[in-house]
Amino acid sequence: MSADKGSDDAIVRISDVIKEFGALRVLDGVGFDVARGQTVAIVGRSGSGKSTLLRCIAGLETVQGGTIEVCGHEVGRPGSAARAQLRRDVGMVFQSYNLFPHLTVERNITLALTLVKKQSRDAARAQAAEVLRLVGLTDKIDSYPEQLSGGQQQRVAIARSLALSPQVMLFDEVTSALDPELTAEVLAVMEDLARRGMTMITVTHEMGFARRVADLVVFMHKGKVWEIGPAAELLAKPRTPEFTQFVGSEL
Amino acid sequence: MIQLNANHLVYLLEAAKWTVLLSLIAFAGGALVGLPLALLRVSKIRLLRLLASGYIQLIQGTPLLILLFLSYFGLGIMGYKLVPIVAAGLSLTLYAAAFLGEIWRGCIEAVPKTQWEASDCLGLNRFQQYVYVVLPQSLRLAIPPTVGFMVQIVKNTSLASVIGFVELARAGQIVNNSTFEPFAIFTIVGAIYFVLCYPLSLAARALERKTNVGR
Repeated sequence: MSADKGSDDAIVRISDVIKEFGALRVLDGVGFDVARGQTVAIVGRSGSGKSTLLRCIAGLETVQGGTIEVCGHEVGRPGSAARAQLRRDVGMVFQSYNLFPHLTVERNITLALTLVKKQSRDAARAQAAEVLRLVGLTDKIDSYPEQLSGGQQQRVAIARSLALSPQVMLFDEVTSALDPELTAEVLAVMEDLARRGMTMITVTHEMGFARRVADLVVFMHKGKVWEIGPAAELLAKPRTPEFTQFVGSEL
Repeated sequence: MIQLNANHLVYLLEAAKWTVLLSLIAFAGGALVGLPLALLRVSKIRLLRLLASGYIQLIQGTPLLILLFLSYFGLGIMGYKLVPIVAAGLSLTLYAAAFLGEIWRGCIEAVPKTQWEASDCLGLNRFQQYVYVVLPQSLRLAIPPTVGFMVQIVKNTSLASVIGFVELARAGQIVNNSTFEPFAIFTIVGAIYFVLCYPLSLAARALERKTNVGR
């Protein structure tokens, strides 16, 4: 079921990935490539393996079979030296924001800049101001996460990730905990990023977003890539009954 | 028989100083050993986890009184004769370390796993994750139960009287031996313990309220 585009400028290459939790096979031979600058929307029902796939790409889970290559380094194996490099190239945004509640918005962003990228405090501050401007939250720089709305927290989380200048951004159902209005403000930030040429892989329930922004839609079902193709084409003409039903139920 | 008088009261208050000092030693020692213990308990290395939990279970399953006997009489007979305050300080340190280690382990584990994941994704190594992300959040959670445990320590220092360390409880016995007014004397002794402990209890409750705000 893997639909390799096999493009030379692939920045993420996933092939034949197997992931098991005990006896349960969550990913069953998943494979596709993501080209630089592409926005990919992974859709599917709960339990289809889409979030697990994203966590494997982020290096948060190890895989039992197959390979995942991000920016030329292989990830997904335990203790691989590529892990440190992966952290530099890949940003991850979570459904539950996961901001550090004891730190201000600014420190949330500068923490990794000073600790990991060894930037000076001043350079890190400038960078924080820059990314907060991108997500439209300049005035919240001194706030604590609990003082922000869910949508604002998620935009800070995106900014925190962006500050490290990743080559690929991963979004794991980042709007699922938000009401429609807040969802819209987060999606607007993501659309803006896509326009700026960021390579993005998003696990999402927002079919509207997938239709508008994604270059490639991946429909996952039972741990496999069930359908894959350009967004407009795929969403207009689902080929399998499962995807037809899924698209119908999501609209 | 000597009448209970102001000198006795001064004597008891002097002895209360030793109770405070022993409490401070126990708490400082317990914290110094307890924090590494807590970190070992959540270590990724199984052997370290087992060693730490073995120690904790052993100490938690042993009466403090026995620890006091062991460090005073036990070590004494083996040629390591400790003065009472050292023996008492050692016992209480071992005792407090086990309990604080277990309390703090809980506080470390109470920080959501997602905080580890988020900081991992930002490239922080494990040491940085502890220092900048996890422990500061654990600290907030740890303050109320830690202060609560300090109350236990203050009261438990009274057991040091059995190895001849003249702290508040022992001083009460001594005064009673010369005046034989146990009810009055031990009421006073109890009241002094209360004065030492109650502010801590109040602080623990206040801190608990404070930590719950905005959570």
